[in-house]
Amino acid sequence: MRGYFVGAGLAIAVATMATSAMTTQAMAQSEIKIGEINSYSLLPAFTEPYRKGWQLAVEEINAAGGIGGKKLVVVSKDDGGKPADAQTAANELVSSENVAMLTGTFLSNIGLAVSDFANQKKVFFLAAEPLTDAITWSKGNRYTFRLRPSNYMQAAMLVEEAAKLPAKRWATIAPNYEYGQSAVAVFKKLMSAKRPDIQWVDEQWPPQGKIDAGPVVQAVAAANPEAILNVTFGADLVKLVREGNTRGLFKGRTVVSFLTGEPEYLDPLKDETPEGWIVTGYPWYAIKTPEHDAFLKAYQAKYNDYPRLGSIVGYQTIKAAAAILAKAGSSDPEKLIAAAEGISMPSPFGEITFRKIDHQSTLGAFTGKTALKDGKGIMVDTAYRKGSDYLPSDAEIEKLRPKD
Amino acid sequence: MAFYVVQFLTGLASAASLFLVASGLSIIFGVTRIVNFAHGAFYMLGAYVAFTLTERFSGALGFWGGIVVAALAVAVIGVLVEMVLLRRIYHSPELFQLLATFGLTLMVEDLAVLIWGPDDLVGRRAPGFKGAIDFFGQNIPSYDLFLIVLGPVVLGVLWLLFQRTRWGVLVRAATQDRDMVAALGVNQKWLFTSVFALGVFLAALGGALQIPRDAVNHAMDLRVIVEVFVVVVIGGLGSIIGAFVAAVLVSELNAFGILIFPKISIILVFLVMAVVLIVRPWGLFGKPEAPARRTPGLTVNPWRPLTMNERFAAIAVLVLAAALPFVAGNYLLTVGSEIAIFVIFAVSLHFLMSVGGLASFGHAAYFGLGAYGVALLAKMAGLPMIACLLLGPLLGLMGAAVFGFFAVQLSGVYFAMLTLAFAQIVWSIAFQWVSVTGGDNGILGVWPEKWAASPSHFYWLSLGIAALAVVILRIIVFSPFGFALRATRDSPLRSEAIGIDGKRIQWTAFVIAGTVAGLAGALFAYLKGSVFPDNMGISLSVDALVMVLLGGVETVSGAVVGAIVYKALNIWLVSQTDWSKLVLGAFVVLIVVAFPKGIVGTLEALMHRRRKSSSSVSPLLTSRIESAE
Repeated sequence: MRGYFVGAGLAIAVATMATSAMTTQAMAQSEIKIGEINSYSLLPAFTEPYRKGWQLAVEEINAAGGIGGKKLVVVSKDDGGKPADAQTAANELVSSENVAMLTGTFLSNIGLAVSDFANQKKVFFLAAEPLTDAITWSKGNRYTFRLRPSNYMQAAMLVEEAAKLPAKRWATIAPNYEYGQSAVAVFKKLMSAKRPDIQWVDEQWPPQGKIDAGPVVQAVAAANPEAILNVTFGADLVKLVREGNTRGLFKGRTVVSFLTGEPEYLDPLKDETPEGWIVTGYPWYAIKTPEHDAFLKAYQAKYNDYPRLGSIVGYQTIKAAAAILAKAGSSDPEKLIAAAEGISMPSPFGEITFRKIDHQSTLGAFTGKTALKDGKGIMVDTAYRKGSDYLPSDAEIEKLRPKD
Repeated sequence: MAFYVVQFLTGLASAASLFLVASGLSIIFGVTRIVNFAHGAFYMLGAYVAFTLTERFSGALGFWGGIVVAALAVAVIGVLVEMVLLRRIYHSPELFQLLATFGLTLMVEDLAVLIWGPDDLVGRRAPGFKGAIDFFGQNIPSYDLFLIVLGPVVLGVLWLLFQRTRWGVLVRAATQDRDMVAALGVNQKWLFTSVFALGVFLAALGGALQIPRDAVNHAMDLRVIVEVFVVVVIGGLGSIIGAFVAAVLVSELNAFGILIFPKISIILVFLVMAVVLIVRPWGLFGKPEAPARRTPGLTVNPWRPLTMNERFAAIAVLVLAAALPFVAGNYLLTVGSEIAIFVIFAVSLHFLMSVGGLASFGHAAYFGLGAYGVALLAKMAGLPMIACLLLGPLLGLMGAAVFGFFAVQLSGVYFAMLTLAFAQIVWSIAFQWVSVTGGDNGILGVWPEKWAASPSHFYWLSLGIAALAVVILRIIVFSPFGFALRATRDSPLRSEAIGIDGKRIQWTAFVIAGTVAGLAGALFAYLKGSVFPDNMGISLSVDALVMVLLGGVETVSGAVVGAIVYKALNIWLVSQTDWSKLVLGAFVVLIVVAFPKGIVGTLEALMHRRRKSSSSVSPLLTSRIESAE
């Protein structure tokens, strides 16, 4: 009795998967495939612009003749925000789609899971979004490269500005998971090195996505800091800002905040945007370089929408992947690694290089201050900070990164 | 001093928001006994609809009117859901309604993104409650004060409704004894529908009132649902006052807890629940449930071991499954291994649920403990794979032995929630103890040794262990121990009378289930090469529940089919469509309607009925037993 159902279930599973496997094998010759994984269903606010970005890049690359005459195809999978599912997707991409390389991922733990998979299966992996320092340093491996400026780099950029502030009493608010923890740790370390005179008077660790903002704001206010470091983002940030505004937490205090200048997180705040926060972000309206203009025009023409930071990351991830594939002239992972180490390429933010020493790209970020304009939050006094200027010395990295 | 007063008031405001949602859940559960997983979805819909309305219509009337209209509109949706979907399955096994509402939740999440877009939406502030009031130099948002007043007002209105109206009397009667109310000729259909409507209205109102302080987004439902459940259980199921007190307790402990332990929020509610349930097994204001008049795991057709023919069929299927590596590629084999592992996991929960009558909401804890056991042994002690596979699940065993001891003192939903609390405590340890577990970045590089590394070998290994697990658990089901366990499930009093030590039997069953789950986790660690706190998270526990319910709780091994169908479909849908949750949710809802006893359960019932009618043995009896359900 039970047996028949098991049989039927297995048969269905096998049949459906076998058909999808067969169709993909048929047309593998004239194209190069890249496997892409991201948390589309869990984090649509970030991944939708990201998807638009890489789709634009694919279109541009193929319009320019593809890679070595072959058409570029990106096979994209959703990981639902779970590391285990990301590995299932990675496995499908590698084993049955025969992709030349893996790209993508947003959350740090998923980036690390796919990076470990890549290391084990000897597949090239270009991590797009994950910010954790571990992916290039303490848990780095030779198959993994990363595009976005890391936690350390963004912290270093913010510290440069924060250290100039007169404030001596600091409090921190960060989501209670690896990203928040390491952002706070790096910021504190770099800050205390530059300014031995400052004190850390309070820290709050609300769970990611579940901040109970009222008590948190009140608790920080009670410690009476002169400046606040914020690492929360998304819905948590909105709640924090709203409570903070009503309760006057930000009055007379400088706030330094990770990522808040990214349109994904700044735009929802609308007229409640707090002014004068020192942030990293992406002021697409204020960047006047020919590279960025070209990108902006193409993006707006295709989507009739303005780009978010995710768009830049998606666009540049596929551009970088294509550049590496073109330089390697092969999809052999060893050749891809050789090609990727030290490769330089243009990007909407100017030229970037993938460093040989830790496989980190030198893509930078913009820093600036938040301001209100026509009821919307924007960044002013923006400056682009090159990633290469905010990385530790080679000797330090040698110590951090395990030998291959 | 002023600070502590303000912090207290802030906690009260959080409590009021929590209470609104929790009261609705408590009412629905009290009367209909539905574990309404979709309560969070209605909360989220309330927020989204209210956002649309308040953006559309300006002014104070537009805002407050929009909030009320939104709650009413969502209540109408709730009524439709109750009439179209839930009414069909009130007679299904306990917890089966959870499956239906779980399917709904999945659908609503994707629908919200489809309708309202992926961005976080920030709505207007409440007219008249925009600013803050100065209290000895501390600011209290006036909206917080509004909520602080609203909470007790809603409590009062509900109290009047339940104490002073005929409808309320009926609802209270139904909460206490559904069957008696039915026997007295009260139209249960409309009573249930109206109760469901009120509950959903409160959930949607709670969501809508978050607009001035929150960002409306598609993850709101999951953020709130677990916490609300916890509040309801701490307060005592069906007790509105209990829900209120519990909401205040949890919120105040959080508000003051973060002053001393800033990281406490992540686990606080679960700690409180664990303590409360251990000290007061029915929550703060709950009453012991009346002895069940129906037998819990009542099976219309008694369980029996497989016949010879069926055994051959099962072996044939196993051989067929073992032949997969000769036709399938690496990806399929890895998926096959994953499905086999989930079969092990699902049958372990199924053993606890259907044989032991103990539905665990936190079974992933033991799966995860097994996985972490392997990872720690392999990475720290450097043990070989075989040793890890054998020793890793022992961590699951130990966890199950400790937590199981406390959990089996309770029953029903209280048991389920205590297991959930333990699972969350274990999860938070894995999450927070970064130096040992790596925190949420997990433990990487736990790959199988050469002999098991190839996908086909690993598939055979997983399949073999899965087959072994199923066989062993079946042997236990039909062993004297299994009979004792089923006796305890079906009638605690009678089994005690014949000298069965029920608690010890259940505890043993809990440990067995935990160990088998740990085994699944151990294999899973090697399959993925890494371990994350995710491996013991709520969503994994829910997945396991869904697999068991899908297969059929009242069957001996339905979970095998449930696991295969659910996991295969899940992996396939996630790979094929961007709206996998929508499709999967719709599928689950359809299954619920088409197979009201689970896939295997319904098919078995059909077969049984056909056999019965052909041999003409009292169809009257079966139908009477079924209606007693």
